[in-house]
Amino acid sequence: MEHIRTTKVEQVKLLDRFSTSNKALTGTLYLTATHLLFIDSHQKETWILHHHIASVEKLALTTSGCPLVIQCKNFRIVHFIVPRERDCHDIYNSLLQLSKQAKYEDLYAFSYNPKQNDSERLRGWQLIDLAEEYKRMGVPNSNWQLSDANREYKICETYPRELYVPRIASKPIIVGSSKFRSKGRFPVLSYYHREKEAAVCRCSQPLSGFSARCLEDEHLLQAISKANPVNRYMYVMDTRPKHRMQSWWATQKDIGRIIVRISSKIWNDEKIRESHEQKRLNAMANRAAGKGYENEDNYSNIRFQFVGIENIHVMRSSLQKLLEVNGTKGLSVNDFYSGLESSGWLRHIKAVMDAAIFLTKAIMIENASVLVHCSDGWDRTSQVCSLGSLLLDSFYRTIRGFMVLIEKDWISFGHKFSERCGHLDSDPKEVSPVFTQFLECVWHLTEQFPQAFEFNEAFLLQIHEHIYSCQFGNFLGNCQKEREELKLKEKTYSLWPFLLDDQKKYLNPLYSPKSQAVAVLEPNTVSFNFKFWRNMYHQFDRTLHPRQSVFNIIMNMNEQNKQLENDIKDLESKIKQHKNKQTDGVLTKELLHSVRPESPTLKTSLCFKEQTLLPVNDALRTIEGSNPADNRY
Amino acid sequence: MPATQSLKKRKIVSASCDSGTSCPAGVASCPASSCPFRSPRSPRLKLLESALLLGPRPTAGGMEFSELIRTGRAQAELLRGPGAPPLRGTLCVTGHHLLLSPGPQATSDLWLLLLRSVDSIEKRVAGDSGTITLRCKDLRVLQLDIEGVEATLDIARSIEALSSLESVITSFPFFYRPKGLRLGDAWHFHPPEHYYKRVARETNAWRLSEVNEDFSVCPSYPRAVIVPRAVDDDALARSARFRQGGRFPVLSYHHAPSGTVLLRSSQPLTGPQKRRCAEDEELLRAVLAGARPGARGFIVDTRSAQAAKQARMTGGGTEAKAAYPGWKRLHRPMERGRPLQESFVRLVEACGDLEQSMDRWLSRLEGCRWLAHVKEALSTACLAAQGMEREGACILVHGAEGTDSTLLVTSLAQLILDPLSRTMTGFQELVEREWIQAGHPFQLRCAHSAFSHARPKHEAPTFLLFLDCVWQLGRQFPLSLEFGEGLLLALFEHAYASPFGTFLCNSEKERCLCEVRTRTHSLWSGLNQPKEQRKLRNPLYVLNPLAIWPSVEPQSLRLWQGLFLRWTRPPEPSEAAWEKVWQIVTDKEKTEGSQPTVSASEPQP
Repeated sequence: MEHIRTTKVEQVKLLDRFSTSNKALTGTLYLTATHLLFIDSHQKETWILHHHIASVEKLALTTSGCPLVIQCKNFRIVHFIVPRERDCHDIYNSLLQLSKQAKYEDLYAFSYNPKQNDSERLRGWQLIDLAEEYKRMGVPNSNWQLSDANREYKICETYPRELYVPRIASKPIIVGSSKFRSKGRFPVLSYYHREKEAAVCRCSQPLSGFSARCLEDEHLLQAISKANPVNRYMYVMDTRPKHRMQSWWATQKDIGRIIVRISSKIWNDEKIRESHEQKRLNAMANRAAGKGYENEDNYSNIRFQFVGIENIHVMRSSLQKLLEVNGTKGLSVNDFYSGLESSGWLRHIKAVMDAAIFLTKAIMIENASVLVHCSDGWDRTSQVCSLGSLLLDSFYRTIRGFMVLIEKDWISFGHKFSERCGHLDSDPKEVSPVFTQFLECVWHLTEQFPQAFEFNEAFLLQIHEHIYSCQFGNFLGNCQKEREELKLKEKTYSLWPFLLDDQKKYLNPLYSPKSQAVAVLEPNTVSFNFKFWRNMYHQFDRTLHPRQSVFNIIMNMNEQNKQLENDIKDLESKIKQHKNKQTDGVLTKELLHSVRPESPTLKTSLCFKEQTLLPVNDALRTIEGSNPADNRY
Repeated sequence: MPATQSLKKRKIVSASCDSGTSCPAGVASCPASSCPFRSPRSPRLKLLESALLLGPRPTAGGMEFSELIRTGRAQAELLRGPGAPPLRGTLCVTGHHLLLSPGPQATSDLWLLLLRSVDSIEKRVAGDSGTITLRCKDLRVLQLDIEGVEATLDIARSIEALSSLESVITSFPFFYRPKGLRLGDAWHFHPPEHYYKRVARETNAWRLSEVNEDFSVCPSYPRAVIVPRAVDDDALARSARFRQGGRFPVLSYHHAPSGTVLLRSSQPLTGPQKRRCAEDEELLRAVLAGARPGARGFIVDTRSAQAAKQARMTGGGTEAKAAYPGWKRLHRPMERGRPLQESFVRLVEACGDLEQSMDRWLSRLEGCRWLAHVKEALSTACLAAQGMEREGACILVHGAEGTDSTLLVTSLAQLILDPLSRTMTGFQELVEREWIQAGHPFQLRCAHSAFSHARPKHEAPTFLLFLDCVWQLGRQFPLSLEFGEGLLLALFEHAYASPFGTFLCNSEKERCLCEVRTRTHSLWSGLNQPKEQRKLRNPLYVLNPLAIWPSVEPQSLRLWQGLFLRWTRPPEPSEAAWEKVWQIVTDKEKTEGSQPTVSASEPQP
């Protein structure tokens, strides 16, 4: 509280950043310990969590007051005009302090109290059980086992305690391999495809210099390939661009070529040998450049595959560029598309998607196991593994399954949420929208396969909201070890039970789990299938969105259908009962009363004014009617 | 050539047997198996061939169709793009169609393509077979692999000749006789008269004038137009002489809630001498006087101020401020003509390239400028609508000829303001009244689509741009349009090539000369058949009495994938989803409907 000097400022104006009408909302601004709150004259409230604030800017004084621009991590941008400069300055300073915490203990999650008792809290944390999940996949089994090597975080601090490795990989091999891999992140199981008996494994880059080799690491890879009884060949996917110095075009072309080749389903042996030759040459060149790549000579039965996903710094500046372009007032169509192009954002999204498709095809078509790595194996590797699993396994496309997927490939395997999301006041160079990209890939899949996912866009947006909100403990910290040290399970709450309670909001009304034709998704990544995700990057810019929501109305209808069907069943059974013991007129009269109750669902006929049924947080994505003043014509 | 001879012979036979009756096969929609004329001796292919060549001895500029058909038939395989399996069978060219009859053992139906819908044709021969690539006006690309070099070349030449015939009265609509439709149905749409009834209920300031009864005042207007009551026919005729093509200001839409009107015309012929016309000035003064005291007016010129000024040199120009008190000019430059056609061509080109990188795709999407045109059109229409709704002003829209961008603006503005025009019938009326009757030269504008190699002369996808804008409105207000994407796609297809007569010719006058109304079927009667409804309707429609103001920010506009990528993307997932929506909606109706039956079935005391 020591940072707050002014708690309430009146006569503050809120400008809409896209509308041209100079009519601003006037209201009162409140500053609380956790939120900035604006209540306008219509009593509409705008809450901004301090942790969501990415930057605060005080612009030059104008005649109407002192402008304060706040940019949020959830892509909200608000533009206040505070009448007195002193108030503006106070709020500015307070927000600067409040939005950047130095200690985890000062984050919202540690003070957030949703009025649950300890056992409820504990049950919330136990909702997602990864051991259960591995069991569902079919491990442990005759080829894969639970390793206790990392039980005390002795081998790798950023991995979880429980890791699954090939049964024939002994502890010395694991220890040896971990010493050879960056941050000790040796190859472990991420997803096991029960039907194909093939595995998706993940690790970090090898620490090989020009000629270094590690026999244990080679053994571990052999063990992984042997754990696949069908195909002894395995893929090692390096998700980094082949040469950072090489032009992008070459990489792009290469990915295209390889994917085309795989999709043709025919492995022409000669072609493989040829590309092996080519790859050996490339690998030699890479080693000469001092980079850490596996030496192919030392690993038999292995095919190496590079897929070009750029690093966190490229991604960060790409998003920055995208947001800059989109924030321009009076943007022309041409500037929008050239900005979209030069930001490279969709290109990066496509690269992640292509990599996941490669992984899926390797498993489905060739029945081969795949080992995925990047540099440290917690950013691009998480993207590719989780997206690949999502394509392969329809369970992850359910609401609960998606939570499991995030817990498995992101949280437990040590995606550095706190650093990537900038939870604390730390190195800005560690911030990167890696997880956002993952969510965007999923959104693109929901667009291509409207019936394959149990959840809707609002679910993705809500998760995105909370990776930054620091309201729940799930995404705090950078790895499991750190989370345990923070005692998050005792001091904070888990997000998932809250989302499950609100499930109704997040259901996709078109979901049809029965159409098992889509068991494995095969997205088409031709360029025009990638679109700008307006509902993410402009989620708070009301005027840019469709004014009516199809989802809501279908949801309502679905609900009514169910309700009415139940009513019918009820009534029918009642009629039957009554028919059976119908003896006098009294009963019939009773029956008449019971049959005629006005069904409440019928009374509330489906009127479009009711669309506020599913407002997604306070951002009204659905407004009826519209206002020409919101737009520039 | 024996093939041609046999074809001729068959034609005579069929002509004699069918001269009295209507076409036995309804052709496009009729599966041959259900044809009543089928006899065991004549294979269905022969029958259809003859059916397609029927009628009052079709000639193409004095030449028999059969003279243009170089070969009877050939064995071929048809590739229809991703998703559809290839089709093998006998290929045959007839007067209006290309047909492929699968072999006797195959169960799949006859495949039929209206030759008129072929936009460009490309032939290649290698060894003893050839390949013909047909690019259609609906943006489909088809490939035919044909046995025999000679046959390939002959078929290609036949298609080339027959698909580019210019005569209207030998075109297919004059021979198309589908089952279940009667000639003359739905031609009773007389929108100006029909629409006037509505206007008359709302205001007394307007009248229906038949000054153009014989099309002498304005060849591109319909017989009847709605004009201010205070202006007599003579004044109208004089005003017409002052406007290009005789298109004097007429009522396009009366906005009852604010009592204002939307007018359209062509540019005034002020010329370099800045001529004036008292009757024209009087007409616009009468418009303001009829609206309400003190009403203002805006003239939305769809050209830049510069271009409008330049038009004076060629006899055109724009309204002088002093001559039209109460009226204020606004310039909103919109693309038209060849640049618009080029934009369309470049977009379609970009959409056909599946291999391009993300960057290339985005830069081509930008470079073609199509979405910029969509934005221009929508925002100009919004400007006009806003003037009426918000400022209570009367709006006159014109560009140069008043037959393209003008109609785009007036029709879109109505869609934004008028809930009735957003219904199924209302929209069809709008298209009929504001495009077809208003004299958009469909025959010239839609002669070729995006694939033609011919140098564009008068082609421009103005109507397609309109449909795209409507689609954008539908995306932003998914519950407010009674029709769905299906109707827009159908209109696009039919505007470019159709078995119906609705989009034939360039104006009402031409349609009268060709007797289109009496000798062809109306598209509206075709579309309004119950079996078509599920494809065309929006299951989620709820009447929205408000104006729908779209967002025109680039982030809110999207490429119309359903049209531009229709044939390149696999349609299944989105179609299945649409089917599911229908299912949910009809389920709802069912359950709601069955509620009373339950209570009705209760035992009576």
